[in-house]
Amino acid sequence: MDFNQSADENLFDHARIIGKPHTRVDGALKVTGTAPYAYERHNVAENPLVGYPLGSSIAKGRITRMDATAARSAEGVAAVITALDIDELPRADSNVAKLFGGEWVEHYHQAIAVVIADTLEQARAATRLIEVEYEEIPGEFDLDDAWKRLQDRDVVSHVGDVDAAFDSAEFTLDETYHTASHSHAMMEPHATIADWCDGKNMTLWTSNQMIEWTRQALATTFELDADNIRLESPYIGGGFGGKLWLRADAVLAALGSRETGRPVKVALPRPFIFNNATHRSGTVQRLRIAANKDGRITAFDHSAISHTLPGGSGEDAVNQTRCFYAGENRRVAHHAIDMNLPESADMRAPGEATGLAVLEIAMDEMAEKLGMDPVEFRILNDTQVNPEEPSKRYSDRHFVECLQKGAETFGWAARNTTPGGKREGQWLIGQGMAGAYRGSPTLDSGARVRLSEGRLIVETDMTDIGTGSYTIIAQTAAETMGLEMRDVDVRLGNSAYPSASGSGGQMGAASSTAGVYAACVALQGEITKRLGVESARFENGQVVSGDKSVALRDVAQGEELVGEDSLHFGDFKDELEIGTFGAHFVEVAVNAYTGETRLRRMLSVCDAGRILNPITARSQVLGGMTMSIGAALTESLNVDTARGFFPNHDLAGYEIAVHADIPDMEVIFLDTQDGASTPLKAKGVGELGICGGAAAVANAMYNATGIRLRDYPLTLDRMLDRLPGA
Amino acid sequence: MKAFSYERIDDAAQAAARAFEVPGSKFIAGGTNLLDLMKHEIEVPAHLIDINGTGLDDIVATDEGGLRIGALVSNTALGADERIKRDYPVLSRALFAGASSQLRNKASTGGNLLQRTRCPYFYDPAMPCNKREPGAGCAALDDGADTRQLGVIGTSDHCIATHPSDMAVALRVLDAEVETVSPEGQTRRLTLDEFYALPGDTPEVENALEPGEIITGVVLPAPVGGRQRYYKVRDRASYAFALVSVALIETDDGKGRVALGGVAPKPWRREDADAELGNGAEAVMAKLLDGARPTEENAYKLTLAERTLAALLAKE
Repeated sequence: MDFNQSADENLFDHARIIGKPHTRVDGALKVTGTAPYAYERHNVAENPLVGYPLGSSIAKGRITRMDATAARSAEGVAAVITALDIDELPRADSNVAKLFGGEWVEHYHQAIAVVIADTLEQARAATRLIEVEYEEIPGEFDLDDAWKRLQDRDVVSHVGDVDAAFDSAEFTLDETYHTASHSHAMMEPHATIADWCDGKNMTLWTSNQMIEWTRQALATTFELDADNIRLESPYIGGGFGGKLWLRADAVLAALGSRETGRPVKVALPRPFIFNNATHRSGTVQRLRIAANKDGRITAFDHSAISHTLPGGSGEDAVNQTRCFYAGENRRVAHHAIDMNLPESADMRAPGEATGLAVLEIAMDEMAEKLGMDPVEFRILNDTQVNPEEPSKRYSDRHFVECLQKGAETFGWAARNTTPGGKREGQWLIGQGMAGAYRGSPTLDSGARVRLSEGRLIVETDMTDIGTGSYTIIAQTAAETMGLEMRDVDVRLGNSAYPSASGSGGQMGAASSTAGVYAACVALQGEITKRLGVESARFENGQVVSGDKSVALRDVAQGEELVGEDSLHFGDFKDELEIGTFGAHFVEVAVNAYTGETRLRRMLSVCDAGRILNPITARSQVLGGMTMSIGAALTESLNVDTARGFFPNHDLAGYEIAVHADIPDMEVIFLDTQDGASTPLKAKGVGELGICGGAAAVANAMYNATGIRLRDYPLTLDRMLDRLPGA
Repeated sequence: MKAFSYERIDDAAQAAARAFEVPGSKFIAGGTNLLDLMKHEIEVPAHLIDINGTGLDDIVATDEGGLRIGALVSNTALGADERIKRDYPVLSRALFAGASSQLRNKASTGGNLLQRTRCPYFYDPAMPCNKREPGAGCAALDDGADTRQLGVIGTSDHCIATHPSDMAVALRVLDAEVETVSPEGQTRRLTLDEFYALPGDTPEVENALEPGEIITGVVLPAPVGGRQRYYKVRDRASYAFALVSVALIETDDGKGRVALGGVAPKPWRREDADAELGNGAEAVMAKLLDGARPTEENAYKLTLAERTLAALLAKE
């Protein structure tokens, strides 16, 4: 199905099931521990061995010697494969860091060996018996050093005359900010069971957000025909972008299986999640804003750097500054610095989360300079067109309504406007807000639907990373076919199924439901053809054409009818800006003596098109908000700038928000539809919640204390000396 | 994890004798820290002696008017004990500030005292650490290291790790004593100050226990009353080790005691600092933190300790 123009009024505007609050269809499996996650799929492969990786203990250099003699003769060990045993594996375009093989080490905890044994304990113990010698090469690990040195920042775009605008502006801001590197820190580590016993046909039971990308990456890495590779990833214990790619778990399990002729399972040990897998790069950002005294912004100048291994793209923190707010003159530059830390790559709202964490502090600072309310300042500088390219309008943008609804619901008008001016006992109370913006791209997405005796099976390689894909896909199929939720089985995450968008970039919900809709329409075509009618309505389990009505379970008379199609998104979208918008409002308490900061409440108002399921969508936004609290207050992959790695590589040292950090949270969805996005008029919500949330916390802390922090995480040591105490 | 042998011994003195006899022995009670360390091969015991059957799991009154806490009393049971909550509230508060409820249910009193540091370099076997491997060097002391959580006082040129226990800080301020039995069946009592060692040039030696010697309990002296507080400062609201913690007892005569956690290789207290309590937080810390050697990254702990005490002393 081609989607070449904005959707007109359609069945989803009169929905029975779409847009209604359905609890997740896989919920019972999840809470009873019976949803099969990759490492626990005990019935898929006969008698698997267990692999355990050894990571490099240096950040950069060459392995000069490896001796695995003792490991090979250890109890229970079936095989040891070292990096020196095989050539460097070919790298797929989607991988930046090398995953295995060869003498060169390019980051700490790069996998340099895997031990395959009968048990996890045996494999783990034997890895410690492998002797490794290195020739270490000095590396570069300090982003601040790079920032100081950097002269030639890449200009991404420049419209108008930014320098002239700053020269003539009545008010200007020029500040530098830091964001920390972040780990996805998902509950389920990367894990794979691989069966490549014959060295020809490979089956992987894994935990991966993007089935087809990863199948192709495996084909490249192992020089196989992709048709000989099968992937299953039906349940995923969190990904956040960390499982978009082929990673070492799958590579080592596959190599181990080929070597031993038996299935092999490998889960990355927790420290590997931080230093072997990918992470979000920290950034240094300089942001300048110019405005006239009426509060209208005349110029933005935003430059940033992030780190990457050679060949990667880092964390682009400036992109959303190009078009979130109005202003005639604008310049952004991003430089991804080649450094020797582990691979930085996408994490929930890549770029936006870190860029808005800074832009939205700067907006607060600018509002204060102008003597304006920060909500009013944002409303005044709203735009309905891309300010870089004014011919490009926003398809459906209700940012102002988000701000207004949020301010009203939160009680913004009643807030204390004097920073440091509200105290309850030993606690300073502050309120702050920030805007949220995340583009809402879509990706062509396919599905197959099979109707047999009134039951519908949906098959697509779309994944559910805890987001609710199973549920919204069942809703879409039931809605389109005139069935009930209970009549639909959804099967996901299998490379045998038609290729879908996968889960990433806030694209999955909108794209995959559109693909399922296309497949259902194809099935409807099969059905009407079978019935010999021109057109029909599908309602109440019936096919209705004129005065003729046939139950869906009877149309095929015992046969199975199949519809398969993909939704292809047309070029017309390129002429539009399609995005999601939000406003966060936060209240914090900061201890006047110790600087401990505790969130008191948070409200997010979201404009994200049609909300397919308010329960699962709310969970997505809550998750994003929660992650933004972590980014604001605690999360930081600390860099050992001498040794070049993240030493706090466990969940005790890398502090994500815990339940006690997350009190009263509220999400409001505006009732909007965006026909330019998909036939369902839906957009993404998976990443909107994290965008801007950290800045709302920062701004609330400023309101509480009068101390402006510009470096994340906003920990107490950054302000202790300036707090009032008594 | 290295392969190990395992046995249960249901008498403390016999367990001590056995541990002395078998090289590489370790006692296991709750195992909340030891098992983690064994998985990383930071601890590599050849033999585990399970002491959970020794019956050291009650809290009884002493003739001196105090309480004797068995080494196996769980952190949960101890923190919730009515006598502890009434007469030693600083201890109850410290216990519930630590770990998570699941860990507190398993963790024992003796094990809590013996938990190892949370220094990230200690926890990473690929990094040089004098505690793990005497003479290997200390990655935390190198330029560029991540030291924000590490110690500021009582540290040495060989180790700047902190002791992570909350419970021990409260026990220190209560003048509790650790009771042990030796392989020969001799019992002795040590103050917390005597029990814990400073790293000096032997950071692998963390306490005064002799080979085989086992903790049988902790003895609390008669209640001292007063206003008892435990203030644990951390970045997130729960489930994190202290950046700084302060255990405070203020008695009605304006005197009192202060101990710090999160700053040193042992619960940190000085009697001459206690004597300054009437003069305010700054005066106390001038004594208590005299000789501190912070890193650039953790110098904030000095300010934080003073401010945390000031918060406790403030009448608001």
